Amino acid sequence: MNTTFIVARKEFQDGLRNRWVLAIALILAALAVGIAWFGAAASGGMGFTSLATTVVSLSTLAVFLIPLIALLLAYDAVVGEQESGTLLLLLTYPLSRTSLLLGKFLGHGLILGAATALGFGIAGVVIAFAADGVVLGDLIASLGLLILSSVLLGWVFIAFAYLISVWVTEKARAAGLALGVWFLFVLVFDLGLLALLVSVQSGADWLPWLLLLNPTDGFRLINMVGFESAQAYTGVTAIAQNTAFHAGWLLLILVGWIVAPLGLAILRFRHHSA
Amino acid sequence: MNPVIECRGLTKRHGDLTRLDALDLTVQEGEVLALLGHNGAGKTTTMKLILGLISPSAGSLEVLGGAPDGPHAETLRRHLGYLPENVSFYEQLSGREVLDYFARLKRIDRRQVDVLLEKVGLGHAAKRRVKTYSKGMRQRLGLAQALLGEPRLLLLDEPTTGLDPAATRDFYETVRELRERGCTVLLSSHVLPGVEPYIDRALILGAGRRLALGSLEELRHEASLPLTIRAKGRWPGVDWSAGWDDTRIAPRYLNGSALELGVHPSAKMSALRRLTGTPGVEDIDVLPPTLEHLYAHFSAPVAAASSTSDQRGTP
Repeated sequence: MNTTFIVARKEFQDGLRNRWVLAIALILAALAVGIAWFGAAASGGMGFTSLATTVVSLSTLAVFLIPLIALLLAYDAVVGEQESGTLLLLLTYPLSRTSLLLGKFLGHGLILGAATALGFGIAGVVIAFAADGVVLGDLIASLGLLILSSVLLGWVFIAFAYLISVWVTEKARAAGLALGVWFLFVLVFDLGLLALLVSVQSGADWLPWLLLLNPTDGFRLINMVGFESAQAYTGVTAIAQNTAFHAGWLLLILVGWIVAPLGLAILRFRHHSA
Repeated sequence: MNPVIECRGLTKRHGDLTRLDALDLTVQEGEVLALLGHNGAGKTTTMKLILGLISPSAGSLEVLGGAPDGPHAETLRRHLGYLPENVSFYEQLSGREVLDYFARLKRIDRRQVDVLLEKVGLGHAAKRRVKTYSKGMRQRLGLAQALLGEPRLLLLDEPTTGLDPAATRDFYETVRELRERGCTVLLSSHVLPGVEPYIDRALILGAGRRLALGSLEELRHEASLPLTIRAKGRWPGVDWSAGWDDTRIAPRYLNGSALELGVHPSAKMSALRRLTGTPGVEDIDVLPPTLEHLYAHFSAPVAAASSTSDQRGTP
């Protein structure tokens, strides 16, 4: 068996043992079912409103939770093993640093992927059975896209977490930086963009492109495309409504957001002193 | 026999600090070498160099016939066992799962896992999570990890820390077995009394330099420290504090029924002759200087120098 898969297998096993998979899946499922059920609360009603509203609300939930979970899951991937001494030991094994990091990514990615699919899948099943007037094909298509893009978003932040983890020498510092990254991409970036939007009066057709500088906005755009009626709820990404961002391209950009930090992390890790 | 480790003028500098200064060392197959020294003396640096975790700043180093930090590393690492000084394994996994993971990475038969767990006395705890292990149990798990794959070269950094005396003895018995199979063992330790009977040679390091290297016999000869001779008995009227015809014999402690002498090795026989010739002496013990004495002797000049100059960092 390839060393990368050996590492991935162990990380996944560790994730199951830590109950990470279970915890993430349960949180996502509970919140998702809640959102589906109380989706109409804003308009004074109760019960399932529409698929569009539900999916956009779910993506808003995911945009906050998934990056946080991914960072928490993976911030100590390298620095944690360094502190416990196992990294030094692993480096004396017939195992390259690249396959160690890739193996960890695979393992952590699988944990997050399985948990997200499970969590949103449970919500989907509940909606399919309990809500009226939902076309099953539409539900599967939009939830499928939500799950796919959520997993990609999670992997982006796992890659960020690794970049942090190979850069610092203390676990506490890595945790702090991870929270900083979350804060920056999930909250601060959109606020800054909003401020820019207000100050630039008109003719700024380059503004929507700035959204691509933030993977979380890319994620929001993916789940907004195809729901014309839902664009009122999507916040700052509404500036992109006239721009033809195709979901496929956006997914590809998310993949780019995974590859870039992960590649940097591997480069950095290969020159890591033991 | 081919040397397992051969280094000439091996030097490692880290900024202004010289962690290891021009070390010459040849270790033969099946040899057990103890690395002794204070913190910061260069023990861990030497081990890391041999493991290929760091590259030398100057000098040459060959381990099992190649440089450990080059392309040779891939083959070398399958024949190597290492136990780091402070290691805490994955707490959520069981002892067997941890060992299984390392066995997979080393690409060896995983049936060894249970055999090794049994061997280090963790058979009963194999299914328990490492989280519940005591310090000694964790250390034994680390040992089992180092023994995976019947390594040809074993590097053990402070292997007996946290082990109780019985477990320490078991551990050294394992080292003896390994040596009989032709495995070369390098171990660093500051628990000196236990290690003596099991080592072939000792390398004493201080401030990155080689202070002494040799078997206990050679080190004793080089240091020519006094032996201790103890005698017991009843000797009314004999004045042991005087009457030695040799200045190399110094009485240290005496009372009516016990006597202790510090004797230079070359004066041993003359001291014994007088003791055996005196009626009333019932028992004589001859104690050669222990490794502890030798270590103190060789590292004393460096210890004195480093306590006056700036404190050196640990490696």
